[in-house]
Amino acid sequence: MANSPPVISVRDLVVGFGEATVLDHATIDVFEGEILGFVGGSGAGKSVLMRAIIGLVPKRHGTIEVFGNDLAALNDRQRRSIEQRWGVLFQQGALFSSLTALQNVQFPIHEYLDLSPRLIKEIALAKLEMVGLSADVRGKYPAELSGGMIKRVALARALALDPDIVFLDEPTSGLDPIGAAEFDELIRTLQRTLGLSVFMVTHDLDSLHAVCDRIAVLSEGRVIAAGPIEAMLASEHPWLRSYFGGKRGRQVQGKVQAQLHP
Amino acid sequence: MSSVLLTATAEGERLALAATGAWTAERAAELERIIDEAARRHKDALSVDIDLAKLERLDTFGAWLVERLKRAFIVRGSNARIIGLSDADRGLMDELQLVNRAPVQDRSTTNRILLALDSLGRGVAQIGWAFVLIAQLLGALTAAALGTIAHPRTLRLTSIVHHLERVGWRAVPIILLSTFMIGAILAQQGIFHFRTFGADVFVVDMVSILVLREVGVLIVCVMVAGRSGSAYTAEIGSMKMREEIDAVRTMGLDPIQVLVLPRIIALVIAVPLLTFIGSMAALYGAGLVCWLYGGMAPDIFLERLREAISLQTFAVGMIKAPFMALTIGLVACVEGFEVEGSAASLGLKTTASVVKSIFLVIALDGLFAMFFAGIGM
Repeated sequence: MANSPPVISVRDLVVGFGEATVLDHATIDVFEGEILGFVGGSGAGKSVLMRAIIGLVPKRHGTIEVFGNDLAALNDRQRRSIEQRWGVLFQQGALFSSLTALQNVQFPIHEYLDLSPRLIKEIALAKLEMVGLSADVRGKYPAELSGGMIKRVALARALALDPDIVFLDEPTSGLDPIGAAEFDELIRTLQRTLGLSVFMVTHDLDSLHAVCDRIAVLSEGRVIAAGPIEAMLASEHPWLRSYFGGKRGRQVQGKVQAQLHP
Repeated sequence: MSSVLLTATAEGERLALAATGAWTAERAAELERIIDEAARRHKDALSVDIDLAKLERLDTFGAWLVERLKRAFIVRGSNARIIGLSDADRGLMDELQLVNRAPVQDRSTTNRILLALDSLGRGVAQIGWAFVLIAQLLGALTAAALGTIAHPRTLRLTSIVHHLERVGWRAVPIILLSTFMIGAILAQQGIFHFRTFGADVFVVDMVSILVLREVGVLIVCVMVAGRSGSAYTAEIGSMKMREEIDAVRTMGLDPIQVLVLPRIIALVIAVPLLTFIGSMAALYGAGLVCWLYGGMAPDIFLERLREAISLQTFAVGMIKAPFMALTIGLVACVEGFEVEGSAASLGLKTTASVVKSIFLVIALDGLFAMFFAGIGM
């Protein structure tokens, strides 16, 4: 896995707002076909890094390469073709409130591809079913959906164009533990079926343990560590020790131990 | 681009379809035509093998089209299967075998005339309902106001002052400018037409009575409805969307008292003041035009003004102002509370708020005209 070139490669990224510097020379790679869990304290800049990669936040310094292309060097048309190859699940879902669930999923397909209405509808329905939503959800508006359903519809929309990379911003936040576990499972299944690379910002230690191949840790504007969960648990870094060494962290540690020494 | 994506070899009732190239989203439109064509042309095939062994790439779009092709044969009773599936694509194909099984129900086709009548009826009912809601809010507002009189400490003075600054003080420049221009335009038109029969001096009568009785307060109300009424609706509406109003309620507070009362009190104070300022600006504009365009010296204008109007003329305009302010505030808040979950509904209700309040202000002005005529004012 680590031998193939990274699909996302961020080097020395500096991002700031006014006086404050949020990211200070952050460097991170995402490899093809992996689920990268991205953790860090609240306000550490995890979402900012994600938004900088997808181009919602301007950078001050550094390079961001996606599929080997420097995003800053692309013209509009090239950039759009890259954007077609990634999907984003925003923290609150960010569904279009005036469109139904089905229309939300149809929207990117309709915008980017010139297909017959029948095929667009079939594909959108297929995506909704793949994220585990029943048929009666399709005609509902986001305001009529529960939090978990909104996340699933948003995931279906993020997957609408069969992207190669999916960005997930705290996918399990706001879900109950059962719903969160199901969602983790769903991400894992879809990642395998569709061959996705996943960049997942999360706080959920269970998600980190259940689905992430690698974990990257952001602290004080830098990526201080990246590697599989075992390496994180073994790390001596004080922030990592307090993050994984807390009460919730120890439970995950127990699970890892149990897997290593059954 | 024109590479072959599907080749068919038919042997009697057996059909072998071989998919080649990339079956992906970019070519999905082309693929859809190809599979529909293949399904149509070989409709007599009894046994169909769809061979995917030579595929270069397959994504959800391509996989769904393969599945759709397979189903097209199965529906006709043929025996169709997919062969040569690579391990990487197997998961995807398995997943897509399960989707779109539920029959898609057709939209019920109803009579167009019935639909038109239905929407007309709903529209009329909605107009009636709008008045009910306004009456309801007026009642709730009165109750809140009485509660505040009983317990003066619950009056939100800070909030009132805040809204007063927004709807009153900050509206002054635009109100001054627009009423000044209205006064100037009325005077110019009056002079232009009255001059032909030598009645220049009556322009002052016309402008002053018109401005003080009707136009001043109407222009101010239209500006306030567009400026502040829409803001009230949008604020309350987005607070409702984000459950802030529920939060207020669960804290044991009355949203009417916390959100509506200060806003409406601010409007009821601000609109008469703005009407006064606006009327003065309009008269100033009229005087300026009379002087520069009509050649009427300012002291003659003032002299004529004194004869043309009385305190009553002024009072008629001012009496109407607080009632119109109340109407604008009520409509704006009612529409705000009517906002539902979507961004579109917020836009719709904000538009409705402005349109309805301007209409009601004009209707109210008509009622006042009849009332004042009745009591001889």
